[in-house]
Amino acid sequence: MAITKKETEHVAKLARLKFSDEELDEFSVQLDKIIQYVDKLNEIVTENIEPTAHIVPIHNVLREDEVKPSMDREKILMNAPYKENGCFKVPKVIE
Amino acid sequence: MELYKYKIHELNGLLRKKEISSQEIVKSYLNRIKDIEPSIDAFITILEDEALENAKKADEKIKNGQIKDLTGIPVVIKDNISTEGIRTTCASKMLENYIPPYNATVVERLLEDGAIILGKSNMDEFAMGSSTETSAFKTTKNPWDLTKVPGGSSGGSAACVAADETAFSLGSDTGGSIRQPASLCGIVGMKPTYGLVSRYGLIAFASSLDQIGPFTKDVTDCAIVLNSIAGHDTKDSTSVNSKPSDYTEFLKNDIKGMKIGIADEFFKEGLNEGVKNEVLNAINLFKQLGAEIIDISLPYVDYALSAYYIIASAEASSNLARYDGIRYGHIAEKYEDLIDMYMVTRSEGFGKEVKRRIMLGTYALSSGYYDAYYKKALKVRTLIKNDYDKAFEKCDLIVGPTSPTTAFSIGEKVDDPLAMYLADIYTVPVNIAGLPGISLPCGMVDGLPVGLQIVGKHFDEGKLLNAAYVFEKAKNFNAKPALGGVI
Repeated sequence: MAITKKETEHVAKLARLKFSDEELDEFSVQLDKIIQYVDKLNEIVTENIEPTAHIVPIHNVLREDEVKPSMDREKILMNAPYKENGCFKVPKVIE
Repeated sequence: MELYKYKIHELNGLLRKKEISSQEIVKSYLNRIKDIEPSIDAFITILEDEALENAKKADEKIKNGQIKDLTGIPVVIKDNISTEGIRTTCASKMLENYIPPYNATVVERLLEDGAIILGKSNMDEFAMGSSTETSAFKTTKNPWDLTKVPGGSSGGSAACVAADETAFSLGSDTGGSIRQPASLCGIVGMKPTYGLVSRYGLIAFASSLDQIGPFTKDVTDCAIVLNSIAGHDTKDSTSVNSKPSDYTEFLKNDIKGMKIGIADEFFKEGLNEGVKNEVLNAINLFKQLGAEIIDISLPYVDYALSAYYIIASAEASSNLARYDGIRYGHIAEKYEDLIDMYMVTRSEGFGKEVKRRIMLGTYALSSGYYDAYYKKALKVRTLIKNDYDKAFEKCDLIVGPTSPTTAFSIGEKVDDPLAMYLADIYTVPVNIAGLPGISLPCGMVDGLPVGLQIVGKHFDEGKLLNAAYVFEKAKNFNAKPALGGVI
């Protein structure tokens, strides 16, 4: 097995996800199966191949720096679970 | 008159002749929804009062001679496309109560052209799935057989068009999420070229692959909707100005001399025999209609699904990092500190398939695996793109099956992620290469529709529509779904 439970736990932490012990077992098995499938890519020699991140050429798009109306503060905040004085409210970060 | 049975161009004709009103159209669809929606479950939100109100306004405009191709015509929008003031959930608990403060550009364009939003459609959670079963809210049924899935991820958008609950709908396609459900539901679905349609306001899954497109009852309607939604948008820097003035001009009943490529790779094991026969019949029909059939080879498409699951999951893990419980969406009630708040919020808000993809993507991008998986997948993407470039030197279009099977049973693949992923084997390469693709019905197997996929060069939607139109006319596919005998 390529993916161990410990590794799954580490990846979960990186992804900011929490799993029960049972779920960790299940995810380890499923991820392992998927990774084994995608390991098929190793059949191809790609040493001199350039990677393609975007299929159409992406260029920086520039525009004049003009002042334009932006979205109302109320609208931006309307979905926030906690807000105060026109700001998003977050749990205390620094003790 | 059962107006819900009509196509966009037919309704538009009747509206222009003032034989019907938009209010009559909308009422007809709302009644239809009342009758059959309990059996189909295609909608997350139905906007009855708003739709009737807007139909009244549309009728005023028509009275004043201001009629466009979509004026007064009902549309359903996939629930990952932002609609101002209308709940947009991505079929996730994470966004169960999210109300966008702005419209997606495609919605803005449809409204400008007079379309009337009937509601928001069910989907796989965050568009991750091929059956609409990963929705946090409901499972949509296939109108042809209520024990089967409609496909996914845009299963609600496909089912509501197939069941005549709307004149047309919008979906999004990252690895087949428009074409595969269109195929399984026996309707027309198009994924335009990457960049043709603005993604502004589409809630991101995999940004280098996502594209919005229409579900319609025929090819003419597809061209009409594409006219409305395509075109450059300053709010999406990947959108391109490559739109001809009118896609309906390509709907000519002639494909003599058109070169249609057939790739062996799409007819190998895994393809259902019945589906294969229907697709081969379709190719024969193209030949009879005057197209030249050319053998082509796409040796690297066998690797497309592997590359896709790495690339799409990597981009998803990054895109979905925004759900932190602070600016919008679900937030945990109980937690220890800030990091724990993120973890509990995300674990409560996301469903299993979304977590699986975030995990896979995070793994592929994590230190030590980045080169082996993510970079490798991007290199294979180059090889797949080169395959298509080479093929398109010899042919104008590539034709094959949209999906290896007809609609499968609800529950059949839900516990086997890999089996579910294989449902997209013929659609995924098209997203990898950013090409336009359309699925349209080409026959039936055991009472379920089969989809034919036509793929074109970048921004060659015109030729795609031309071939699809000619095929549709010649094939005259007119079977209608049984709706489980509800009506």
